Amino acid sequence: MKIEAKNVHVYYGSDHVLKGVTLSIKKNTVTALIGPSGCGKSTFLRCFNRMNDLIENARVEGEIMIEGVDIYHPKINVNELRKTVGMVFQKPNPFPKSIFENVAYGLRVNGVKDQALIDEKVESSLRGAALWDEVKDKLKKSALALSGGQQQRLCIARALAVEPSVLLMDEPASALDPISSIKIEELIYSLKANYTILIVTHNMQQASRTSDKTAFFYMGDLVEYDDTRTLFTNPKKERTQNYITGRFG
Amino acid sequence: MKLRETIIEKLLLACSLLTIFTTVGIIGVLIFETIGFFKEVSLIEFLTDTEWTPLFSNKRFGILPLLTGTLLTTFIATIVAVPLGLTIAVYLSEYSHKTVRNLVKPMLEILAAVPTVVYGYFALVFVTPMFQKIIPTLSGFNALSPGIVMGIMILPLVSSLSEDALYAVPKSLREGSFALGATKFQTSWKVIVPSAFSGISVSIILAISRAIGETMIVAIAAGQQPRLTLDPTVPIETMTTYIVQVSLGDVPHDSVEYRTIFAVGMTLFVVTLILNNISFWLKKKFQKHHR
Ligand SMILES: Nc1ncnc2c1ncn2[C@@H]1O[C@H](COP(=O)(O)OP(=O)(O)O)[C@@H](O)[C@H]1O
Ligand SMILES: [Mg+2]
Repeated sequence: MKIEAKNVHVYYGSDHVLKGVTLSIKKNTVTALIGPSGCGKSTFLRCFNRMNDLIENARVEGEIMIEGVDIYHPKINVNELRKTVGMVFQKPNPFPKSIFENVAYGLRVNGVKDQALIDEKVESSLRGAALWDEVKDKLKKSALALSGGQQQRLCIARALAVEPSVLLMDEPASALDPISSIKIEELIYSLKANYTILIVTHNMQQASRTSDKTAFFYMGDLVEYDDTRTLFTNPKKERTQNYITGRFG
Repeated sequence: MKLRETIIEKLLLACSLLTIFTTVGIIGVLIFETIGFFKEVSLIEFLTDTEWTPLFSNKRFGILPLLTGTLLTTFIATIVAVPLGLTIAVYLSEYSHKTVRNLVKPMLEILAAVPTVVYGYFALVFVTPMFQKIIPTLSGFNALSPGIVMGIMILPLVSSLSEDALYAVPKSLREGSFALGATKFQTSWKVIVPSAFSGISVSIILAISRAIGETMIVAIAAGQQPRLTLDPTVPIETMTTYIVQVSLGDVPHDSVEYRTIFAVGMTLFVVTLILNNISFWLKKKFQKHHR
């Protein structure tokens, strides 16, 4: 889905942490959000599924349109929005339930009762997250017994099961070992065909390998936003240049 | 300085030893007197006879009426305290504002601090007459009223400890659930409550143990008539009530009648011990589950 952010400001109490961010994202692309810690990447990402609503003193201003719909409009059903805009977190957060129930959860809370349909969706989501072959014989086992990398792919499968069109990923591979991390990257690449993906990452290689567009943030400002190749080979701003060549951050 | 440390250490050691000796002493007396009791009454009779009449001329020593009396009142207390306590816990942990939580929690805990004799009379002179208007056949002494009142008494045990367990569930699980489009209600009952399962069951078991051991409320309002029944409207007697009844009475100390209270006490002890073990096992199982 097409996403447009217009002049987005976010405050935590009196802290002004996002200072007027405007950018637009095309359908079925991967956009990487990069920048030093604390520059507001997660905050920005959490605007798109209104996760910031859960933080008591957070305030969002500006406009975010997803497929032409203003998601901060008072008439918007936030639960419906979050079904369309899925999220994968930095640390794998599987529920203390079985592998199967973790994936089925999103379906069940959305009122799906048909067991055959649930079975089918659980399998296709696990396949989509490249986890099916590893877990197909232990679907009834606790998700907490999986490795960190498997848990993160389970969380991706869980997000896919409700059939979102947008996937938000907040440093999905940062807590994982290099091999699991590569697997997640390959997965992101394969998901691009069907989803519009926004991914926060600290890893420059990861950003350049997986994304079409890259947005560089610095202290709450969107400094530069361009095709990933251009941004990494020929950045227009000195700050971007310094960051990607590792002079700070 | 060194000497002072040593003295303090020895004193602390003495204190812990004193506790251990007291416990061992109590259990020792209990076992000794219980053995004495079973020299005169067979274990089979104790466990299978359906009547408990040690103070009558036709003596029968079946623990079942006292056991069902205890279990009946405890069961009623549990079905009052658990749903209510858990709902309050979920409300306080997931819905209420922090200030409400910090106000309501201590207020609920006051319920546990009310002297049980007050609860007992409350059950006898207020709750029973009130229920008699709805259930005319309800006897003046019954299991229903003290059961319900006992449920209110143990409510804060359930709500307070369950709330602690719910509150300790990591925020990331709530976020994970909300991110899938789940409502607050779904998140609370389908993710947070199951995640806090061990803490909640420990709180419930603790509350049940408390109800089983409760004496004053049932002694005042449930009657003193050992009766093998599951009917909550008729007078019954619990194990604790029986012990009080005999202890306060003028039964000669070196008699089988007197030793019955140790056999009953032992039964009470065993039931509570089993519950403690279940709670211990649940705690351990859960810890392993979460690595
Ligand atoms: N819940 C919160 N309450 C208050 N301040 C927050 C909260 N979350 C983040 N911040 C602050 O907002 C700024 C941006 O944070 P964040 O979006 O997490 O940055 P990033 O993901 O780029 O590291 C930081 O200064 C951080 O301390
Ligand atoms: Mg972050």
